[in-house]
Amino acid sequence: MNALKKLFGGNTRQFGMIFALVALIVFFQIATEGRTLTPGNVINLFNGNSYILILAIGMVLVIIAGHIDLSVGSVAAFVGVTVALAIRDWGIPWWAGILLGLALGALIGVWQGFWTAYVGIPAFIVTLAGMLLFRGFNQFVGKSNTIPVPADFQYIGSGYLPEVGPNTGFNNLTLLLGLLGVAFVVFSELRSRRTAKALGAEVPEGWVVVTKLVLICGAILYATYLFATGRPGTSFPIPGLILAVLVLIYGFISSKTVVGRHVYAVGGNRHAAELSGVQSKKVNFLVMMNMAILSGLAGMIFVGRSTASGPFDGVGWELDAIAAVFIGGAAVTGGVGTVIGSIVGGLVMAVLNNGLQLLGVGADLTQIIKGLVLLIAVAFDVYNKSQGKRSIIGMLTQSFNRPTGGTPLQPDEVTSTKATISRES
Amino acid sequence: MTSLDTQGDPVILEMRSITKEFPGVKALADVNLRVKAGEIHAICGENGAGKSTLMKVLSGVYPYGTYTGDIVYQAEVQQFKDIRASEHAGIVIIHQELALIPELSITENIFLGNEPVKRGVIDWAEARTRTRELLARVGLRENPDTPVKEIGVGKQQLVEIAKALSKSVKLLILDEPTAALNESDSQHLLDLMLGLKGRGITSIIISHKLNEIEQIADSITIIRDGKSIETLDVKADGVDEDRIIKGMVGRTLESRFPDHEPKIGEVLFEVKNWTVGHPQVQDRLVCKGSNFFVRRGEIVGFAGLMGAGRTELARSVFGRSYGRFITGSIYKNGKELHLKSVKQAIDAGLGYVTEDRKSLGLNLLDDIKTTTVSAALHKISKHFVVDANKEFTVAEQYRKSLRTKTPSVEEGVAKLSGGNQQKVVLAKWMFTDPDLLILDEPTRGIDVGAKYEIYGIIQQLANQGKAVIVISSELPELLGLSDRIYTIFEGAITGVVDKDEASQESLMKLMTSARKTA
Repeated sequence: MNALKKLFGGNTRQFGMIFALVALIVFFQIATEGRTLTPGNVINLFNGNSYILILAIGMVLVIIAGHIDLSVGSVAAFVGVTVALAIRDWGIPWWAGILLGLALGALIGVWQGFWTAYVGIPAFIVTLAGMLLFRGFNQFVGKSNTIPVPADFQYIGSGYLPEVGPNTGFNNLTLLLGLLGVAFVVFSELRSRRTAKALGAEVPEGWVVVTKLVLICGAILYATYLFATGRPGTSFPIPGLILAVLVLIYGFISSKTVVGRHVYAVGGNRHAAELSGVQSKKVNFLVMMNMAILSGLAGMIFVGRSTASGPFDGVGWELDAIAAVFIGGAAVTGGVGTVIGSIVGGLVMAVLNNGLQLLGVGADLTQIIKGLVLLIAVAFDVYNKSQGKRSIIGMLTQSFNRPTGGTPLQPDEVTSTKATISRES
Repeated sequence: MTSLDTQGDPVILEMRSITKEFPGVKALADVNLRVKAGEIHAICGENGAGKSTLMKVLSGVYPYGTYTGDIVYQAEVQQFKDIRASEHAGIVIIHQELALIPELSITENIFLGNEPVKRGVIDWAEARTRTRELLARVGLRENPDTPVKEIGVGKQQLVEIAKALSKSVKLLILDEPTAALNESDSQHLLDLMLGLKGRGITSIIISHKLNEIEQIADSITIIRDGKSIETLDVKADGVDEDRIIKGMVGRTLESRFPDHEPKIGEVLFEVKNWTVGHPQVQDRLVCKGSNFFVRRGEIVGFAGLMGAGRTELARSVFGRSYGRFITGSIYKNGKELHLKSVKQAIDAGLGYVTEDRKSLGLNLLDDIKTTTVSAALHKISKHFVVDANKEFTVAEQYRKSLRTKTPSVEEGVAKLSGGNQQKVVLAKWMFTDPDLLILDEPTRGIDVGAKYEIYGIIQQLANQGKAVIVISSELPELLGLSDRIYTIFEGAITGVVDKDEASQESLMKLMTSARKTA
């Protein structure tokens, strides 16, 4: 157990999530007699869930900053219908349609960000209003009709990497992508290990790194194999590619850039962040705006995949995205969460959905199971955190010592620090 | 029943050798308190001396079993397991922060949790009638249906007392009841206390305003460093303010200070006519026309009691991060600065170490290295990308130079002790390389050894030519550390004293009274 922890970092939650994902896949692989890990099914799984995963990327940032966005499904639908209409009625090319969609997403983001960050209305309310507003706009603009999109636009939702180069029996571009992925993982792991060593920081033992690399690269190569050997005409799907690029970009932004730091800081302790010079309003504005842009993108991918925009696109997406983020280890109180964790959380839900479908389980039972999984995943987390939780007394004194400004900070300070310590470990 | 003490006076409450420990800290050590029935008993002591802790023990906030010693109330040893139990026995505590619900009416507040019920339904007519009687007893002429948020703080305080009376209180505890009140409201409250005394209600009052204590208290117990020092009989002992101050501060210096030869240069920062309004309450000023300056290499102390407006002054100067700015100007090297945000303040070379580490100073989810660089990310980033190597190097450097005790800089700050957390916060501000560093209660909640190290760090900063402001409630700390001390009382600067001329008594006097000379 300890060795496993070392392998995936100290975060039990993240470890638990990856473990759960692998266990789920293995379980369904056995239960469905091998129908889970077939090229067709895996491709289908990615295609059918990429837009939720894209939403989860934006949602995790919103949740880290301490907000929530309930409007993503409606925003996606509104952007989808507008783009579909623009292409059909104005005859603009597919790429201009995508740009229009992103711009519209940004505009909606400005609207929601303004109310949330600068007027100070809780995002829950702003986006609840947005959920109604943009659903209404979708049906108003589209007159509740289904609006088809041309084949070249459908490519972003249902296209595949093309066949190029010699006939190897595999899809060459997919293979190349897989190998690049492996090289990237190995290179970055070794590099961070080297710099950490040079700086004198603690580095994990050699066997840990090797095992970790073998496991990750094995997984990537196996996935590559699956994607590259699908039935003719299929390979790594375009939505999956967009998703992969976004994961890389947002993973980088959230962990390596100043903006990313600020998002965590605002969510972790807004007052402390402000007193360190972080402009929290700007940060809140940006995360809300970013969410709306990604919603627009997700909406367009969905329209591309389903070949038409409809009045009920995106219903319930916000809940899937939020569930993915919380299963992936984010905290409701903000300040905690990772992009990659949310993707894993989203995949857990996706695999569950898909596996149950393959087993022929009905929609009713599927929902019940998904609900329980969400609850148990978060309960597991809460339980972990509450080990050695502060006593009732500690909580009582807490509520007495909660004036604004100068807390009469006395030995209680020590108590709660201790409490935090025991909670953490 | 009440017992009789040696002189034959009835004693309503006796707390015998109360000891209360928190992990790592002994908040109360062998405290004794004896309150006679029908008197007004004042408890005096510096901030952090243990007054509030003692009252929390008495009222059951810290239940029986979490402390040692006996509470004898009405001649019986009491074992209160919560506040309800102590209230049931007639002990009611009114906290400094009022526990009223602003949206509810006076009646609803008074009978909250204690509603008169007729056949399972709240009898509002009855509640209103009783509220009218209670309000008359506390001398408050308000409609019982008025929402509490619509009446001022002074009247709210009276509603709290009416609420206590509704519970047939025998022992009323008031924690800093006049801290937020103006002169006339305070006077009314004090008169009311005397009136209650006339009706046989015993009161315990905690207050920093010594003139008020002198005015109404019958006896005074002084607490210092978690120990009860002495109990004075106001009339018999002829107690005055000076006598109380002597008891409060009369201790040998426990914390020593590193040797330091100040190298003071020209005036670096100057603040003129600084006036700031309370963020919520209209017409209430938290800073009233303050003027002060700090020289290069100088450590300037700000002395004032809690709630005097020290933090408000510091935070409003620090990029207007508190209150409503009204007037005032800030000069650095004689040039006026216009600081409208914290970011501008940091860029202009200001730094502010908050008083409340946990809720304002730290993100407890962060690790040490992230915290260390969090106020100066631009210094370790290129094109908005944080250089993780530089971050680590910087954090390591401060870990070594400040001798932060931690296995690694990747440890979470929540796992550190108070002293080490404070070192991380200091590192964070030192890394911004400020010209003026304001430290608000820099050693609060920190043990003696770490205090010494922190004093050393502060002196080093001054030696580097930085201007340093230290805000502290601990006078020995200010006397040992600062080159010059400003005193603040009720939002106004009441005096400035050079280190050589300052004494605890003279400072305490300036801190507890309005400006005597303009």
